[in-house]
Amino acid sequence: MIRTLRWLVLCCAAPAMAASPTADPLDSARWEDMRRSFFPDAEVRFDTRIEVRGPLTAENPMAVPVSIDTTALPDVREVLVFADFNPIVKVLTFTPGKAASRLSFRLKLQQSSPIRAAARTADGVWHVGGVWVNTTGGGCTVPSTGSASPEWQQRLGEVNGRIWTRKDGNRVRVRIIHPMDTGLAASIPAFYIETLDIDDADGASLMRIHAFEPVSENPLFTLDLPPGLDALSRIKVRGRDNNGNQIDAWVER
Amino acid sequence: MRRWLLLALLAVNVAHAADFDYQLAPRQIAADTWVVEGRNEDFAFANGGNIVNTAFIVTGAGVVVIDSGPSRAYGEQLRAAIARITEQPVVRVWNTHHHPDHFLGNQAFADAPVHALPQTIADMQQDGNAFTENMYRLNGDAMAGTEMRLPQHAANAGTETLGSHRLTLIALSGHSAADLAIFDHSTGVLFASDLLFHRRAPTTPHADLRHWLASLDVLDGLNARVIVPGHGPVSDNAEPIRQTRAWLTWLSATFTRGAQNGLDMNELTDTVLPAEHAAMAEARAEFVRSIAHLYPQFELDVLERR
Ligand SMILES: [Zn+2]
Repeated sequence: MIRTLRWLVLCCAAPAMAASPTADPLDSARWEDMRRSFFPDAEVRFDTRIEVRGPLTAENPMAVPVSIDTTALPDVREVLVFADFNPIVKVLTFTPGKAASRLSFRLKLQQSSPIRAAARTADGVWHVGGVWVNTTGGGCTVPSTGSASPEWQQRLGEVNGRIWTRKDGNRVRVRIIHPMDTGLAASIPAFYIETLDIDDADGASLMRIHAFEPVSENPLFTLDLPPGLDALSRIKVRGRDNNGNQIDAWVER
Repeated sequence: MRRWLLLALLAVNVAHAADFDYQLAPRQIAADTWVVEGRNEDFAFANGGNIVNTAFIVTGAGVVVIDSGPSRAYGEQLRAAIARITEQPVVRVWNTHHHPDHFLGNQAFADAPVHALPQTIADMQQDGNAFTENMYRLNGDAMAGTEMRLPQHAANAGTETLGSHRLTLIALSGHSAADLAIFDHSTGVLFASDLLFHRRAPTTPHADLRHWLASLDVLDGLNARVIVPGHGPVSDNAEPIRQTRAWLTWLSATFTRGAQNGLDMNELTDTVLPAEHAAMAEARAEFVRSIAHLYPQFELDVLERR
């Protein structure tokens, strides 16, 4: 809560929850379109328990750091992240397994936009939180540096990562080498990781991630396990991109 | 881009009467040596981008100018301010590095040779138009009529004498890929470019911390009597070197520790700045920007176990 409060103070663009749970607290002209396309028939509530952190202004629109935390809400089955004004709105979805419903990563932002997380609880209700991030733009129509460099082809799909023991549980950071091209830069087709499964050594899912084009080049995911679980010895990272390239690697502690 | 250029061209014809008034007041800091101090702020409409220090030396064999400022209007007003002090012609302009507040006044010196390090010229060619567009956005009307004008001459490191001033050009790096410091042996004045910030947090969009810290050692070895930092007040002691080194060392240590502890960028943003650093102008804003500029490399070093 202290964290949330501080963020609200820091980021004046995130007003406290409006009295009506159906009025967009971020006051985005695109909200109705978002609601219709992502949640046409479901109940949607704006909910301050959904924490979305990001910078007030994106210094690097190619890699805007976003941290999602829905752990204040019980029973989250799936989380969808989207940016109202991005040319490709949908950023990723994740399904927490043994990991907490919390994920940090970076995304490309083409223009100033709300960045939102919607968490679906077991009762089918979507709980939405978000934050405005300002940018001078260019994040989605700039080619990745990977596309221009011969080096990435040898390293495509390479996984680096670490596991930390923290007082509030294990932390996992996983980075995959991939250009994550949006297809919006001239003559460079869309080329991006679609699915990523992060499992423990016994094959139990920590988290499943479905990524889309706006996730930044060489994506770096940070996730946490709740306290009380055994220390992870190592984790398995499996996935594939939209061209069928496989990702398959162990990450050691 | 094209839209801005068009606006800029239109503005050349109509805007002179209404140019932003920078109220430039050169201050003499040593024999023949003048500094125009900018404000210790970030770019804004209210300051027209004048957050930078420019300087000139009336050498006896003409005036040499060190950085031309953030806009055409600034450059013209700097030139007018020089003309109020001396009748000697401007014989040389140096652009210390490729950041726009240091060279977008070049238009006003079209009849003088402009020099910069080769890497600086190459970086201006690559980034200059985007910088210029960005400066219009940040500084508004003050930028009217400003277009990038590249230096025509490659500056060479070494010592040369101009009039009564023996100047050493030192090719360094770290704040950017090429930073030109100029030391005047005749007066003991060091024009440090953006390698030094004083009472203002350093900016790091193109920084290499290791190179920067090594460059600070070189500057320290000059034992300058007067230091002109790129941003912040002129100093008669080594305080700008100490402050810049302390900030960069702390930044490096903070990012190293953060990466080793597995922190993500947004968590690092919560770092409490030590009082000494928090007291510098723009401290928190620059710290947050530096996370975006520099932290990913620190993360990689840990994730790739280097
Ligand atoms: Zn600079």
